[in-house]
Amino acid sequence: MNAVEVHSLHKSFNDLDVLRGVDLSIPSGSIYALLGSNGAGKTTLVKILSTVLKPDSGKAMVNGFNVSAEPAQVRASLSVTGQFAATDAVLTGRENLELIARLRKLPHAGKIADGLLERFNLTDAAARKVSTYSGGMRRRLDIAMSLVGDPLLVILDEPTTGLDPQARIQTWQSIKDLAAAGTTVLLTTQYLDEAEQLADRIAILHEGTIIQEGTLAELRTLMPAPRVEQVVRQATLEDIFLSLVSPSANVEEGAQS
Amino acid sequence: MSIAALQETRILTGRSLRHILRSPDTIITTAVTPIAMMLLFVFVFGGALQSTGSEPYVNYLLPGILLITIASGVAYTSYRLFLDLSDGLIPRLQTMPISRSSILWGHVLTSLAANAASLLIVVAVAFLCGFRSHASFLAWLAVAGILAVTTLSLTWIAVVAGLSAKSVDGASAFSYPLIFLPFISSAFVPTQSMPGPVAWFAQNQPVTAIVDSIRSLLDGQSAGGSIWIALAWLVGLMGVAWVLSLVIYRKKIGA
Ligand SMILES: Nc1ncnc2c1ncn2[C@@H]1O[C@H](COP(=O)(O)OP(=O)(O)OP(=O)(O)O)[C@@H](O)[C@H]1O
Ligand SMILES: [Mg+2]
Repeated sequence: MNAVEVHSLHKSFNDLDVLRGVDLSIPSGSIYALLGSNGAGKTTLVKILSTVLKPDSGKAMVNGFNVSAEPAQVRASLSVTGQFAATDAVLTGRENLELIARLRKLPHAGKIADGLLERFNLTDAAARKVSTYSGGMRRRLDIAMSLVGDPLLVILDEPTTGLDPQARIQTWQSIKDLAAAGTTVLLTTQYLDEAEQLADRIAILHEGTIIQEGTLAELRTLMPAPRVEQVVRQATLEDIFLSLVSPSANVEEGAQS
Repeated sequence: MSIAALQETRILTGRSLRHILRSPDTIITTAVTPIAMMLLFVFVFGGALQSTGSEPYVNYLLPGILLITIASGVAYTSYRLFLDLSDGLIPRLQTMPISRSSILWGHVLTSLAANAASLLIVVAVAFLCGFRSHASFLAWLAVAGILAVTTLSLTWIAVVAGLSAKSVDGASAFSYPLIFLPFISSAFVPTQSMPGPVAWFAQNQPVTAIVDSIRSLLDGQSAGGSIWIALAWLVGLMGVAWVLSLVIYRKKIGA
Protein backbone atom coordinates (compact mmCIF):
# COMPACT_ATOMS: atom_id res chain seq x y z
CA MET A 1 0.00 0.00 0.00
CA ASN A 2 1.08 3.57 -0.57
CA ALA A 3 1.15 5.84 2.44
CA VAL A 4 0.47 8.86 0.26
CA GLU A 5 -1.36 9.04 -3.07
CA VAL A 6 -1.78 12.39 -4.78
CA HIS A 7 -3.51 12.89 -8.13
CA SER A 8 -3.52 16.12 -10.15
CA LEU A 9 -3.60 18.33 -7.10
CA HIS A 10 -4.18 22.03 -7.71
CA LYS A 11 -3.87 24.93 -5.29
CA SER A 12 -3.65 28.64 -5.90
CA PHE A 13 -3.55 31.66 -3.64
CA ASN A 14 -5.50 34.47 -5.30
CA ASP A 15 -3.93 34.48 -8.78
CA LEU A 16 -0.73 32.68 -7.79
CA ASP A 17 -0.89 29.08 -9.06
CA VAL A 18 1.32 27.25 -6.58
CA LEU A 19 0.41 23.63 -7.32
CA ARG A 20 -0.62 22.95 -10.91
CA GLY A 21 -1.34 19.26 -11.08
CA VAL A 22 0.89 17.40 -8.63
CA ASP A 23 1.03 13.58 -8.83
CA LEU A 24 2.83 11.64 -6.14
CA SER A 25 2.92 8.13 -4.64
CA ILE A 26 4.90 7.38 -1.52
CA PRO A 27 5.38 3.68 -0.70
CA SER A 28 4.72 2.72 2.92
CA GLY A 29 7.84 2.41 5.04
CA SER A 30 10.07 4.47 2.78
CA ILE A 31 11.83 7.78 3.21
CA TYR A 32 10.67 10.15 0.53
CA ALA A 33 12.31 13.50 -0.15
CA LEU A 34 10.50 16.38 -1.78
CA LEU A 35 13.01 18.80 -3.26
CA GLY A 36 12.22 22.31 -4.36
CA SER A 37 13.56 25.83 -4.17
CA ASN A 38 12.07 28.62 -2.08
CA GLY A 39 8.44 29.16 -2.90
CA ALA A 40 8.12 25.98 -4.95
CA GLY A 41 5.09 24.92 -2.89
CA LYS A 42 6.54 22.27 -0.59
CA THR A 43 4.93 23.68 2.53
CA THR A 44 1.66 24.14 0.68
CA LEU A 45 1.65 20.44 -0.26
CA VAL A 46 2.49 19.47 3.34
CA LYS A 47 -0.39 21.59 4.62
CA ILE A 48 -2.82 19.96 2.22
CA LEU A 49 -1.68 16.48 3.24
CA SER A 50 -2.08 17.36 6.90
CA THR A 51 -5.62 18.76 6.29
CA VAL A 52 -4.66 22.28 7.32
CA LEU A 53 -5.27 23.63 3.81
CA LYS A 54 -7.98 22.53 1.38
CA PRO A 55 -6.92 21.77 -2.20
CA ASP A 56 -8.75 23.56 -5.04
CA SER A 57 -9.07 20.33 -7.00
CA GLY A 58 -7.49 16.92 -7.30
CA LYS A 59 -7.30 14.09 -4.82
CA ALA A 60 -4.99 13.34 -1.91
CA MET A 61 -5.07 10.13 0.13
CA VAL A 62 -3.07 9.56 3.32
CA ASN A 63 -2.85 6.03 4.72
CA GLY A 64 -5.96 5.19 2.74
CA PHE A 65 -8.00 8.17 3.94
CA ASN A 66 -9.14 11.07 1.78
CA VAL A 67 -7.85 14.41 3.12
CA SER A 68 -11.00 16.24 2.08
CA ALA A 69 -13.60 13.68 3.10
CA GLU A 70 -11.96 12.05 6.14
CA PRO A 71 -9.74 14.72 7.72
CA ALA A 72 -10.13 13.33 11.24
CA GLN A 73 -8.82 9.89 10.22
CA VAL A 74 -5.97 11.52 8.30
CA ARG A 75 -4.95 13.58 11.32
CA ALA A 76 -5.04 10.48 13.49
CA SER A 77 -2.70 8.62 11.15
CA LEU A 78 0.04 11.19 10.62
CA SER A 79 2.17 13.64 12.44
CA VAL A 80 3.74 16.84 11.16
CA THR A 81 6.79 18.85 12.11
CA GLY A 82 6.24 22.20 10.48
CA GLN A 83 8.91 24.31 8.87
CA PHE A 84 9.09 26.55 11.95
CA ALA A 85 9.54 25.03 15.39
CA ALA A 86 6.24 24.67 17.23
CA THR A 87 6.97 24.18 20.90
CA ASP A 88 5.65 25.74 24.08
CA ALA A 89 8.50 27.93 25.32
CA VAL A 90 7.12 28.29 28.85
CA LEU A 91 6.92 24.55 29.45
CA THR A 92 9.91 22.26 29.90
CA GLY A 93 10.98 19.79 27.25
CA ARG A 94 9.39 16.91 29.15
CA GLU A 95 6.14 18.82 29.66
CA ASN A 96 5.93 19.55 25.93
CA LEU A 97 6.20 15.86 25.11
CA GLU A 98 3.75 14.89 27.85
CA LEU A 99 1.27 17.48 26.58
CA ILE A 100 1.25 15.90 23.13
CA ALA A 101 1.06 12.37 24.55
CA ARG A 102 -1.92 13.29 26.73
CA LEU A 103 -3.70 15.06 23.88
CA ARG A 104 -3.24 11.87 21.87
CA LYS A 105 -4.82 10.03 24.83
CA LEU A 106 -1.83 7.72 25.29
CA PRO A 107 -1.31 6.02 28.63
CA HIS A 108 2.05 6.50 30.41
CA ALA A 109 2.76 9.97 28.97
CA GLY A 110 5.76 10.34 31.28
CA LYS A 111 7.38 7.16 30.06
CA ILE A 112 6.87 8.11 26.41
CA ALA A 113 8.43 11.51 27.12
CA ASP A 114 11.47 9.95 28.83
CA GLY A 115 12.05 7.58 25.92
CA LEU A 116 11.97 10.35 23.34
CA LEU A 117 14.12 12.69 25.45
CA GLU A 118 16.77 10.02 25.56
CA ARG A 119 16.51 9.28 21.87
CA PHE A 120 17.03 12.93 20.98
CA ASN A 121 19.81 13.63 23.52
CA LEU A 122 17.63 15.97 25.52
CA THR A 123 17.58 14.13 28.84
CA ASP A 124 19.90 16.65 30.50
CA ALA A 125 17.73 19.55 29.40
CA ALA A 126 14.42 17.79 30.06
CA ALA A 127 13.50 19.83 33.14
CA ARG A 128 14.48 23.18 31.64
CA LYS A 129 12.07 25.64 30.07
CA VAL A 130 12.22 25.43 26.28
CA SER A 131 12.86 29.19 26.15
CA THR A 132 16.40 28.38 27.34
CA TYR A 133 17.03 25.84 24.55
CA SER A 134 19.28 26.51 21.58
CA GLY A 135 17.73 26.50 18.12
CA GLY A 136 18.98 22.98 17.45
CA MET A 137 17.68 21.61 20.75
CA ARG A 138 14.32 23.17 20.07
CA ARG A 139 14.24 21.61 16.62
CA ARG A 140 15.08 18.20 18.05
CA LEU A 141 12.33 18.54 20.63
CA ASP A 142 9.99 19.62 17.85
CA ILE A 143 10.73 16.47 15.87
CA ALA A 144 10.46 14.33 19.01
CA MET A 145 7.01 15.81 19.61
CA SER A 146 5.84 14.55 16.24
CA LEU A 147 6.98 11.04 17.03
CA VAL A 148 4.76 10.73 20.09
CA GLY A 149 2.35 7.87 19.56
CA ASP A 150 4.25 6.29 16.67
CA PRO A 151 2.18 7.67 13.79
CA LEU A 152 2.17 5.72 10.52
CA LEU A 153 3.37 8.70 8.52
CA VAL A 154 5.71 11.44 9.71
CA ILE A 155 6.01 14.59 7.63
CA LEU A 156 9.03 16.78 8.28
CA ASP A 157 9.09 20.18 6.58
CA GLU A 158 12.77 21.16 6.21
CA PRO A 159 13.82 19.30 9.36
CA THR A 160 17.46 20.36 9.35
CA THR A 161 17.31 23.97 8.20
CA GLY A 162 19.19 26.04 10.77
CA LEU A 163 20.88 23.08 12.47
CA ASP A 164 24.63 22.80 12.89
CA PRO A 165 26.29 19.87 11.09
CA GLN A 166 26.37 17.74 14.23
CA ALA A 167 22.70 18.22 15.01
CA ARG A 168 21.98 17.59 11.34
CA ILE A 169 23.67 14.23 11.42
CA GLN A 170 21.87 13.31 14.64
CA THR A 171 18.56 14.26 13.06
CA TRP A 172 19.38 12.18 9.96
CA GLN A 173 20.10 9.22 12.22
CA SER A 174 16.74 9.60 13.95
CA ILE A 175 14.99 9.72 10.60
CA LYS A 176 16.78 6.55 9.49
CA ASP A 177 15.80 4.86 12.78
CA LEU A 178 12.20 5.83 12.17
CA ALA A 179 12.12 4.31 8.73
CA ALA A 180 13.89 1.21 10.00
CA ALA A 181 11.01 0.79 12.46
CA GLY A 182 8.53 0.87 9.57
CA THR A 183 7.35 4.48 9.69
CA THR A 184 6.89 6.28 6.40
CA VAL A 185 8.77 9.57 6.30
CA LEU A 186 8.05 12.42 3.92
CA LEU A 187 10.59 15.20 4.20
CA THR A 188 10.98 18.40 2.29
CA THR A 189 14.39 19.90 1.87
CA GLN A 190 16.45 22.35 -0.12
CA TYR A 191 19.65 20.44 0.61
CA LEU A 192 20.55 17.99 -2.12
CA ASP A 193 22.97 16.10 0.12
CA GLU A 194 20.18 15.55 2.64
CA ALA A 195 18.01 13.90 0.03
CA GLU A 196 21.01 11.92 -1.18
CA GLN A 197 21.85 10.71 2.34
CA LEU A 198 18.38 9.74 3.44
CA ALA A 199 15.85 9.22 0.75
CA ASP A 200 14.73 5.98 -0.89
CA ARG A 201 12.97 8.07 -3.48
CA ILE A 202 13.24 11.72 -4.47
CA ALA A 203 10.77 14.03 -6.20
CA ILE A 204 11.54 17.46 -7.54
CA LEU A 205 8.76 20.04 -7.30
CA HIS A 206 9.25 22.85 -9.77
CA GLU A 207 6.83 25.44 -11.16
CA GLY A 208 3.85 23.66 -9.74
CA THR A 209 4.46 20.10 -10.87
CA ILE A 210 6.73 17.17 -10.09
CA ILE A 211 9.28 17.40 -12.88
CA GLN A 212 11.32 14.33 -11.87
CA GLU A 213 10.76 11.40 -9.55
CA GLY A 214 12.68 8.26 -8.76
CA THR A 215 15.50 6.68 -6.77
CA LEU A 216 18.82 8.45 -6.61
CA ALA A 217 20.24 5.93 -9.09
CA GLU A 218 17.39 6.62 -11.50
CA LEU A 219 17.88 10.36 -11.21
CA ARG A 220 21.64 9.89 -11.83
CA THR A 221 20.96 8.29 -15.19
CA LEU A 222 19.48 11.62 -16.28
CA MET A 223 22.93 13.12 -16.04
CA PRO A 224 25.61 12.75 -18.73
CA ALA A 225 27.82 9.71 -18.12
CA PRO A 226 30.51 10.43 -15.55
CA ARG A 227 33.98 11.15 -16.81
CA VAL A 228 36.99 9.78 -15.00
CA GLU A 229 39.08 12.59 -13.64
CA GLN A 230 42.27 12.49 -11.64
CA VAL A 231 41.48 14.48 -8.49
CA VAL A 232 43.07 14.27 -5.08
CA ARG A 233 40.13 14.22 -2.72
CA GLN A 234 40.63 16.97 -0.21
CA ALA A 235 38.78 16.83 3.07
CA THR A 236 35.62 18.88 2.69
CA LEU A 237 34.98 21.75 5.02
CA GLU A 238 32.27 19.65 6.58
CA ASP A 239 34.76 16.85 7.34
CA ILE A 240 37.16 19.32 8.93
CA PHE A 241 34.47 21.08 10.94
CA LEU A 242 33.07 17.80 12.22
CA SER A 243 36.45 16.39 13.22
CA LEU A 244 37.31 19.60 15.08
CA VAL A 245 34.11 20.13 17.01
CA SER A 246 33.07 16.60 17.74
CA PRO A 247 35.71 14.05 18.56
CA SER A 248 32.83 12.06 20.05
CA ALA A 249 30.34 12.48 17.20
CA ASN A 250 30.76 8.93 16.00
CA VAL A 251 30.50 7.53 19.49
CA GLU A 252 27.26 9.42 20.05
CA GLU A 253 25.83 8.21 16.81
CA GLY A 254 26.70 4.66 17.70
CA ALA A 255 25.09 5.03 21.09
CA GLN A 256 21.90 6.31 19.51
CA SER A 257 21.13 3.56 17.10
CA MET B 1 -19.06 18.86 22.99
CA SER B 2 -17.93 15.28 23.02
CA ILE B 3 -16.19 13.65 25.97
CA ALA B 4 -12.93 13.69 24.05
CA ALA B 5 -13.26 17.43 23.39
CA LEU B 6 -13.89 18.04 27.09
CA GLN B 7 -10.81 16.02 27.96
CA GLU B 8 -8.70 17.97 25.45
CA THR B 9 -10.04 21.26 26.82
CA ARG B 10 -9.10 20.12 30.33
CA ILE B 11 -5.55 19.24 29.23
CA LEU B 12 -5.07 22.54 27.40
CA THR B 13 -6.57 24.50 30.30
CA GLY B 14 -4.05 22.79 32.59
CA ARG B 15 -1.31 23.87 30.22
CA SER B 16 -2.26 27.55 30.20
CA LEU B 17 -2.86 27.54 33.96
CA ARG B 18 0.71 26.36 34.25
CA HIS B 19 1.78 29.38 32.19
CA ILE B 20 0.03 31.61 34.75
CA LEU B 21 1.59 29.82 37.70
CA ARG B 22 5.01 30.37 36.11
CA SER B 23 4.36 34.10 35.77
CA PRO B 24 2.17 34.96 38.76
CA ASP B 25 3.29 38.56 38.28
CA THR B 26 0.63 38.85 35.58
CA ILE B 27 -2.06 38.40 38.23
CA ILE B 28 -0.42 41.03 40.44
CA THR B 29 0.05 43.39 37.47
CA THR B 30 -3.62 43.00 36.63
CA ALA B 31 -4.57 43.99 40.18
CA VAL B 32 -2.08 46.84 40.64
CA THR B 33 -3.63 49.48 38.34
CA PRO B 34 -7.20 49.06 39.65
CA ILE B 35 -5.89 49.12 43.23
CA ALA B 36 -3.91 52.30 42.53
CA MET B 37 -7.06 53.85 41.04
CA MET B 38 -9.06 52.80 44.06
CA LEU B 39 -6.55 54.36 46.47
CA LEU B 40 -6.44 57.52 44.38
CA PHE B 41 -10.19 57.92 44.23
CA VAL B 42 -10.83 57.00 47.86
CA PHE B 43 -8.03 58.94 49.54
CA VAL B 44 -7.36 61.81 47.11
CA PHE B 45 -10.60 62.61 45.24
CA GLY B 46 -12.92 60.80 47.65
CA GLY B 47 -13.71 63.83 49.81
CA ALA B 48 -14.77 65.92 46.85
CA LEU B 49 -16.76 63.13 45.22
CA GLN B 50 -18.63 62.13 48.36
CA SER B 51 -22.25 62.65 47.43
CA THR B 52 -23.89 59.37 48.21
CA GLY B 53 -24.90 59.81 51.84
CA SER B 54 -23.50 57.95 54.78
CA GLU B 55 -21.91 55.00 52.96
CA PRO B 56 -18.11 55.19 52.52
CA TYR B 57 -17.16 56.19 48.95
CA VAL B 58 -15.24 52.94 48.48
CA ASN B 59 -18.58 51.11 48.64
CA TYR B 60 -19.78 53.23 45.73
CA LEU B 61 -16.52 52.82 43.83
CA LEU B 62 -15.74 49.12 44.15
CA PRO B 63 -18.00 47.69 41.37
CA GLY B 64 -16.39 49.94 38.75
CA ILE B 65 -12.93 49.03 40.01
CA LEU B 66 -13.80 45.34 39.66
CA LEU B 67 -14.82 45.88 36.02
CA ILE B 68 -11.56 47.70 35.32
CA THR B 69 -9.70 44.75 36.86
CA ILE B 70 -11.40 42.33 34.47
CA ALA B 71 -10.85 44.63 31.49
CA SER B 72 -7.12 44.76 32.12
CA GLY B 73 -6.91 41.06 33.02
CA VAL B 74 -8.37 39.79 29.76
CA ALA B 75 -5.62 41.57 27.81
CA TYR B 76 -3.35 38.69 28.85
CA THR B 77 -5.63 36.24 27.08
CA SER B 78 -5.19 37.95 23.72
CA TYR B 79 -1.47 38.26 24.38
CA ARG B 80 -1.10 34.53 25.15
CA LEU B 81 -3.31 33.53 22.25
CA PHE B 82 -1.25 35.67 19.89
CA LEU B 83 1.93 33.97 21.12
CA ASP B 84 0.40 30.51 20.63
CA LEU B 85 -0.39 31.41 17.04
CA SER B 86 3.01 32.91 16.27
CA ASP B 87 5.02 30.25 18.18
CA GLY B 88 3.38 27.67 15.97
CA LEU B 89 1.74 25.70 18.78
CA ILE B 90 -1.75 26.29 17.42
CA PRO B 91 -0.68 25.30 13.87
CA ARG B 92 0.72 22.08 15.37
CA LEU B 93 -2.50 21.35 17.26
CA GLN B 94 -4.40 21.78 13.99
CA THR B 95 -2.60 18.78 12.51
CA MET B 96 -3.51 16.61 15.51
CA PRO B 97 -6.63 14.52 15.98
CA ILE B 98 -8.20 16.82 18.56
CA SER B 99 -11.16 19.17 18.67
CA ARG B 100 -10.25 22.43 16.98
CA SER B 101 -11.70 24.87 19.46
CA SER B 102 -10.34 23.17 22.60
CA ILE B 103 -7.33 25.50 22.65
CA LEU B 104 -9.64 28.54 22.64
CA TRP B 105 -11.70 27.12 25.50
CA GLY B 106 -8.49 26.38 27.38
CA HIS B 107 -7.54 30.05 27.20
CA VAL B 108 -11.04 31.20 28.16
CA LEU B 109 -11.26 28.97 31.25
CA THR B 110 -7.76 30.01 32.28
CA SER B 111 -8.81 33.64 32.01
CA LEU B 112 -11.73 32.88 34.34
CA ALA B 113 -9.34 31.48 36.97
CA ALA B 114 -6.72 34.23 36.61
CA ASN B 115 -9.29 37.03 36.81
CA ALA B 116 -10.93 35.43 39.83
CA ALA B 117 -7.54 35.56 41.58
CA SER B 118 -6.98 39.22 40.64
CA LEU B 119 -10.53 40.14 41.73
CA LEU B 120 -10.00 38.48 45.12
CA ILE B 121 -6.87 40.58 45.66
CA VAL B 122 -8.71 43.78 44.74
CA VAL B 123 -11.65 42.96 47.04
CA ALA B 124 -9.23 42.21 49.89
CA VAL B 125 -7.58 45.62 49.44
CA ALA B 126 -11.02 47.24 49.27
CA PHE B 127 -11.81 45.80 52.72
CA LEU B 128 -8.56 47.34 53.99
CA CYS B 129 -9.73 50.67 52.54
CA GLY B 130 -12.90 50.55 54.57
CA PHE B 131 -15.25 48.72 52.22
CA ARG B 132 -18.14 47.13 54.11
CA SER B 133 -21.00 45.07 52.69
CA HIS B 134 -24.50 44.24 53.87
CA ALA B 135 -24.82 41.48 51.31
CA SER B 136 -26.08 38.02 52.16
CA PHE B 137 -24.23 34.92 51.03
CA LEU B 138 -26.66 34.55 48.13
CA ALA B 139 -26.09 38.14 47.07
CA TRP B 140 -22.32 37.54 47.08
CA LEU B 141 -22.92 34.48 44.91
CA ALA B 142 -24.96 36.61 42.51
CA VAL B 143 -22.12 39.16 42.39
CA ALA B 144 -19.63 36.36 41.66
CA GLY B 145 -21.97 35.16 38.90
CA ILE B 146 -22.19 38.60 37.29
CA LEU B 147 -18.40 38.98 37.47
CA ALA B 148 -17.92 35.51 35.92
CA VAL B 149 -20.28 36.31 33.04
CA THR B 150 -18.52 39.66 32.57
CA THR B 151 -15.14 37.90 32.47
CA LEU B 152 -16.44 35.39 29.94
CA SER B 153 -17.79 38.05 27.58
CA LEU B 154 -14.71 40.25 27.79
CA THR B 155 -12.48 37.19 27.36
CA TRP B 156 -14.23 36.20 24.13
CA ILE B 157 -13.69 39.77 22.93
CA ALA B 158 -10.04 39.29 23.89
CA VAL B 159 -9.98 36.08 21.83
CA VAL B 160 -11.19 38.01 18.79
CA ALA B 161 -8.45 40.59 19.38
CA GLY B 162 -5.74 37.97 19.90
CA LEU B 163 -6.73 36.05 16.77
CA SER B 164 -6.87 39.10 14.52
CA ALA B 165 -3.83 40.96 15.89
CA LYS B 166 -0.84 41.58 13.65
CA SER B 167 1.58 42.31 16.50
CA VAL B 168 1.98 41.65 20.22
CA ASP B 169 1.10 45.26 21.05
CA GLY B 170 -1.95 45.15 18.83
CA ALA B 171 -3.12 42.04 20.65
CA SER B 172 -3.69 43.88 23.93
CA ALA B 173 -4.55 47.36 22.62
CA PHE B 174 -8.26 46.49 22.48
CA SER B 175 -8.44 46.58 26.26
CA TYR B 176 -7.74 50.34 26.57
CA PRO B 177 -11.25 51.40 25.53
CA LEU B 178 -12.67 48.70 27.82
CA ILE B 179 -10.70 50.12 30.74
CA PHE B 180 -11.85 53.63 29.84
CA LEU B 181 -15.55 52.83 29.48
CA PRO B 182 -16.30 52.78 33.25
CA PHE B 183 -15.27 56.45 33.47
CA ILE B 184 -18.31 57.40 31.37
CA SER B 185 -20.74 55.40 33.47
CA SER B 186 -22.11 55.42 36.98
CA ALA B 187 -18.91 53.75 38.23
CA PHE B 188 -17.25 56.84 39.76
CA VAL B 189 -19.93 59.50 39.96
CA PRO B 190 -23.72 59.36 39.47
CA THR B 191 -24.66 59.92 35.83
CA GLN B 192 -27.03 62.78 36.77
CA SER B 193 -23.99 64.97 37.39
CA MET B 194 -22.88 64.65 33.73
CA PRO B 195 -23.80 66.98 30.84
CA GLY B 196 -26.81 65.87 28.75
CA PRO B 197 -25.43 63.79 25.84
CA VAL B 198 -22.71 62.25 28.02
CA ALA B 199 -25.28 61.36 30.67
CA TRP B 200 -27.44 59.74 27.98
CA PHE B 201 -24.51 57.63 26.79
CA ALA B 202 -23.54 56.76 30.36
CA GLN B 203 -27.06 55.67 31.29
CA ASN B 204 -27.43 53.45 28.24
CA GLN B 205 -24.07 51.72 28.05
CA PRO B 206 -23.62 48.29 29.65
CA VAL B 207 -21.12 49.31 32.34
CA THR B 208 -23.75 51.35 34.19
CA ALA B 209 -26.19 48.46 34.32
CA ILE B 210 -23.47 46.04 35.48
CA VAL B 211 -22.06 48.45 38.07
CA ASP B 212 -25.51 49.39 39.40
CA SER B 213 -26.59 45.80 39.88
CA ILE B 214 -23.36 44.79 41.63
CA ARG B 215 -23.57 47.89 43.84
CA SER B 216 -27.15 47.15 44.90
CA LEU B 217 -26.35 43.52 45.64
CA LEU B 218 -23.30 44.43 47.74
CA ASP B 219 -25.43 46.97 49.58
CA GLY B 220 -27.85 44.23 50.58
CA GLN B 221 -30.62 45.44 48.27
CA SER B 222 -32.29 43.75 45.35
CA ALA B 223 -30.58 44.47 42.04
CA GLY B 224 -33.90 45.35 40.43
CA GLY B 225 -34.17 45.59 36.67
CA SER B 226 -30.56 46.55 36.08
CA ILE B 227 -29.34 42.98 36.55
CA TRP B 228 -31.43 41.81 33.59
CA ILE B 229 -30.24 44.68 31.42
CA ALA B 230 -26.68 43.84 32.47
CA LEU B 231 -27.09 40.14 31.70
CA ALA B 232 -28.75 40.86 28.35
CA TRP B 233 -25.80 43.04 27.34
CA LEU B 234 -23.23 40.53 28.56
CA VAL B 235 -24.80 37.46 27.02
CA GLY B 236 -25.37 39.36 23.76
CA LEU B 237 -21.77 40.56 23.63
CA MET B 238 -20.49 37.11 24.51
CA GLY B 239 -22.57 35.50 21.77
CA VAL B 240 -21.36 37.94 19.12
CA ALA B 241 -17.70 37.69 20.21
CA TRP B 242 -17.90 33.89 20.42
CA VAL B 243 -19.31 33.48 16.90
CA LEU B 244 -16.88 36.05 15.55
CA SER B 245 -13.87 34.34 17.11
CA LEU B 246 -14.86 30.94 15.70
CA VAL B 247 -15.24 32.48 12.23
CA ILE B 248 -11.88 34.26 12.45
CA TYR B 249 -10.25 31.13 13.90
CA ARG B 250 -11.51 28.96 11.03
CA LYS B 251 -10.18 31.47 8.55
CA LYS B 252 -6.88 31.86 10.36
CA ILE B 253 -6.05 28.18 10.54
CA GLY B 254 -7.17 27.76 6.94
CA ALA B 255 -9.78 25.08 7.57
N1 LIG C 1 -1.59 31.69 2.71
C1 LIG C 1 -0.98 32.15 1.59
N2 LIG C 1 -1.47 33.19 0.93
C2 LIG C 1 -0.88 33.65 -0.20
N3 LIG C 1 0.21 33.10 -0.74
C3 LIG C 1 0.75 32.04 -0.13
C4 LIG C 1 0.19 31.50 1.07
N4 LIG C 1 0.93 30.44 1.46
C5 LIG C 1 1.92 30.33 0.53
N5 LIG C 1 1.82 31.28 -0.41
C6 LIG C 1 2.71 31.43 -1.59
O1 LIG C 1 2.77 30.20 -2.24
C7 LIG C 1 4.08 29.95 -2.73
C8 LIG C 1 4.56 28.61 -2.21
O2 LIG C 1 4.77 28.71 -0.81
P1 LIG C 1 5.32 27.50 0.05
O3 LIG C 1 5.41 27.99 1.44
O4 LIG C 1 4.50 26.29 -0.21
O5 LIG C 1 6.77 27.30 -0.57
P2 LIG C 1 7.96 26.36 -0.06
O6 LIG C 1 8.31 25.46 -1.19
O7 LIG C 1 7.60 25.73 1.22
O8 LIG C 1 9.11 27.43 0.14
P3 LIG C 1 10.28 27.48 1.25
O9 LIG C 1 11.37 26.62 0.75
O10 LIG C 1 10.70 28.93 1.23
O11 LIG C 1 9.71 27.07 2.53
C9 LIG C 1 4.93 31.13 -2.28
O12 LIG C 1 5.05 32.02 -3.37
C10 LIG C 1 4.12 31.77 -1.19
O13 LIG C 1 4.33 33.15 -1.15
MG1 LIG D 1 8.28 25.79 3.08
